[in-house]
Amino acid sequence: MAKTQAQQKLTGITKVPTGIQGLDEILNGGLPCGRSSLVCGNAGCGKTFLGMQFLVNGAQKYGSPGVFVSFEETSEELRKNFASIGVDLNDLEKRKLLALDYIFIERSEIKETGEFDLEGLFVRLGQAVRSIGAKRIVIDTIEALFSGFSNEAILRAELRRLFRWLKSNGLTAIITGERIGEIFTRHGLEEFVADCVILLDNNIVDQISTRRMRIVKYRGSSHGTNEYPFLIGANGMSVLPITSISMDYKVTAERISSGIEALDRMLEGEGYFRGSSILVSGSPGSGKTSIASHFLDACCRRGEKCLLFTFEESGEQLARNLESIGLHLKIGVKKGLLKIIAQRPTFQGLEFHLLEIHDLVRRFGPQAVVVDPVSCFSCVGKNWQIRSMLSRLVDFFKSENITALFTDLINGNDPAEESYISSLADTWILLNNASGMQRERSLGIIKSRGMAHSDEFFPIKIGREGLGLGKARHEGLKKGVVSIETFGAGR
Amino acid sequence: MRLYVAGQTPKCLLALVNLKKICEEHLRDRYTIEVVDLLKQPQLAQGDQILAIPTLVKRLPPPVNKMIGDLSNTEKVLVGLDLRCA
Repeated sequence: MAKTQAQQKLTGITKVPTGIQGLDEILNGGLPCGRSSLVCGNAGCGKTFLGMQFLVNGAQKYGSPGVFVSFEETSEELRKNFASIGVDLNDLEKRKLLALDYIFIERSEIKETGEFDLEGLFVRLGQAVRSIGAKRIVIDTIEALFSGFSNEAILRAELRRLFRWLKSNGLTAIITGERIGEIFTRHGLEEFVADCVILLDNNIVDQISTRRMRIVKYRGSSHGTNEYPFLIGANGMSVLPITSISMDYKVTAERISSGIEALDRMLEGEGYFRGSSILVSGSPGSGKTSIASHFLDACCRRGEKCLLFTFEESGEQLARNLESIGLHLKIGVKKGLLKIIAQRPTFQGLEFHLLEIHDLVRRFGPQAVVVDPVSCFSCVGKNWQIRSMLSRLVDFFKSENITALFTDLINGNDPAEESYISSLADTWILLNNASGMQRERSLGIIKSRGMAHSDEFFPIKIGREGLGLGKARHEGLKKGVVSIETFGAGR
Repeated sequence: MRLYVAGQTPKCLLALVNLKKICEEHLRDRYTIEVVDLLKQPQLAQGDQILAIPTLVKRLPPPVNKMIGDLSNTEKVLVGLDLRCA
């Protein structure tokens, strides 16, 4: 015994990948091979889904057959539920990569007349496992047994035997259990399954639901310890170990145009650094979206892919309005270079916006991303939450060498006080909207890391040719009256 | 009626002995016992949803009743066979 333990220590435990994006990362490779893991959580938190995804991925990605033993949903219900997210369980069953076994327990039918054991259950499991040579198994949820049999002493002994049986058959198992209050599982399954425990949670804060997971323990392995948000969507399940993104990304000295010639001139004549993050702050109507759109337009002209997340206007409306300043975003959309995602911020919680942005970026592979505006998130999160989300987003974009431009709506006098990410941004462009006799907009660069940028404020002129800048006149600006002397159109 | 067993374990053998005794006493010549060994016919476990061993399934006369255990509690078995009121 002591010897085998020592050997295990030397080789470490083998992992079985779940194939769920992000989860394997948190688990440092996957679930412990040949052991049982407990997945627990409240009703409707995604336990069954996680289990099935483990098997479906096993079958599809790793050619590893699996058995799903259900005490709650019939096989037909499972097939239907998963068909609605595009997974054909029938097909996997036909190809002998998956076996479903629905075990029905109804207490009223069963009378206990003396000593018994659960050999029938073992026979059934054995039969299902042998029928396809299963390597993976999910039991959802074994606690149903407690409602079917009243003799708890026998049940506990049999459960212990069950977990030994799973181990001796070399099965990597997921056991689900329902969480009651602060207790992991109603009947204390964690007593039996001690190797790996994953806790799922579905929180509703301010009417917005957020799914989260946490690895409570993982014997013999390191693992991520935070709470991670996860998403159950059309592409299955994905977990975002966002907090694990580190700051050691590569940087380039490459420069890319802002799409506005005059603005490029203010940035050493070369524009932004590729892979940097840019913040454009301004009051309503100061020209934030126009600056962002020029940037997207320039990307499309270079033939680069870009993504626009807009939370205030529909894509159609935005494209139409930008036509009036000579920007034809539709061309980029048609060419497949630009993708516009228009959504109300209240559509989902903060973490989910983050997850979705991740998801889309991973699938679309853009070189530039615009989020317009980040201030809209204030209706779905508290300031510190938004700050934390945006900092993770900035880190993510940097790690992918994506140039990211964020717009930020400010109303007050102190932009630094109000802004969520001014400290995170590499380049910070501030748009003033002074009102006097005549409304006057102006643009200045508060900071731009790593370059000698202009310190002056220039009046903004937006016309059919796009956005341009006039000549700086400090005194005039302060009074809010500036005459436009030169007009350098965009591009 | 059908008695599900899994091999010749003491519990299973005891259940069969108990069942025969009860049937001889109360149902002489009016019963048939079919013993199903799940180790030999594992596929039969699914049909009657058998988990516990031994399990006795009484089909006739209806309703279908299931009893689990070694059948040593004669009173409960008689109720299950509808030979006595609960």
